[in-house]
Amino acid sequence: MNFTFRGKRISGVLVVVPANERSFVEEMRNFNFPEGRSLKLKEVMGYDKRRIVEPGVCVSDLAVFGLQHLFAQGLLKREEIDALLLVTQTADHFMPATSSLIQGRLGLKQDMLCLDINQACAGFVIGLMQAFMLLEQESVNKVVLVNADVLSRKASPKDRNIYPMIGDGASITIVERDTADSVIQASVKMDGSRASALTIPAGGLRLPSSPETARLEDVGDNNLRAKDHVFMDGSAIFNFVQTEVPPLIENLLKRAGVSSSEVDYFLCHQPNRFMLEKLADKMKVPHARMPNNVVEHFGNSGSVTIPTVMAYNLRERLLREQLQVCLAGFGGGLAWSAMLLKVGKLAFNKIIEYK
Amino acid sequence: MKTVIEILTEIRPEFDFTASRDFIADGMLDSFDLVTLVAALDKNWGISIQGTDIVPENFQNLQTIEGLLRKSGAKP
Repeated sequence: MNFTFRGKRISGVLVVVPANERSFVEEMRNFNFPEGRSLKLKEVMGYDKRRIVEPGVCVSDLAVFGLQHLFAQGLLKREEIDALLLVTQTADHFMPATSSLIQGRLGLKQDMLCLDINQACAGFVIGLMQAFMLLEQESVNKVVLVNADVLSRKASPKDRNIYPMIGDGASITIVERDTADSVIQASVKMDGSRASALTIPAGGLRLPSSPETARLEDVGDNNLRAKDHVFMDGSAIFNFVQTEVPPLIENLLKRAGVSSSEVDYFLCHQPNRFMLEKLADKMKVPHARMPNNVVEHFGNSGSVTIPTVMAYNLRERLLREQLQVCLAGFGGGLAWSAMLLKVGKLAFNKIIEYK
Repeated sequence: MKTVIEILTEIRPEFDFTASRDFIADGMLDSFDLVTLVAALDKNWGISIQGTDIVPENFQNLQTIEGLLRKSGAKP
């Protein structure tokens, strides 16, 4: 499905990462694999450092911390926020919406919209689309898009398929109208028939958590995982990305009348280095124009990875100049999304630590 | 330049790859081994095996791996 937006822009990006840093080399002893094989995997996938929350830290804690930082620095005023969108797969509670909890903890005005969006790695583009749609309303002048996840709390430390890549974090993206007549193109696709490729089987109403669902099971390849933990069919996800994402982006660029070489950067979701290198090769994009280093510094934090690429790799450039970028997210749902837009000159674009 | 057998043996030295007709069915290569193997084949032959070709059937035995290498522009 295609979307076109006019006169909207991103005006600032803040990423919040937990101060708690883990090292793959230290953690690989948890996995039931020879060290040599794990080290080869580290080299190919780019696993190294990652940031995860301490026990008990929730999505709303990261979001409130980041927003308080913006208030304290004078980069955002409470009363300016007309809508607070939260994209997460790891809400504080079933009920109420975590965006409402954030609103309450920060003492934001009542005359606003709070909305949780349950999306995974495609969720940055989907959140931006929702923000742009809200800005069509006269009453909405500024939207705060929060992407946040603490998926490490739902990952088995004994599951080498997923644990070494998981990172936690939050991003706060300020979205508002643009006085220039900018045109933004976006495309989204969904395939719920493949939803089981990335799922947390237990803990909802379909299969409530119980001592049985908390029990670690041998799931093959020397991995141990419970039904309460996140499961990813790595091969299925890899093939999904390599098959579906290139045509989505190619069609988006074609529709916009923009060639691949005119795109300054392809800022993709960051599952691992290998997957992104293969994606770049397939799309004939030089690796330098499709950064892939977020997983090695921060881990894969779901829909937070695209803003993390922006803040980590393009911090200075996006403060001082405007770049044409193509965003692409892909993952749970399954869902895949892409957006072509100009980003910069941002009021802020940085990473802070949650302590 | 290394041979395919040498690369396979570096990844899983405990197995004799000349004695198997199906590395996947015999449990000699798991999905992460395939990733490590593709990275090593890419580097050895200066190619980039397409992501859509990284499926188990292309890594069942020496013949299928060599076929994949030829398809990817290498001369094994």
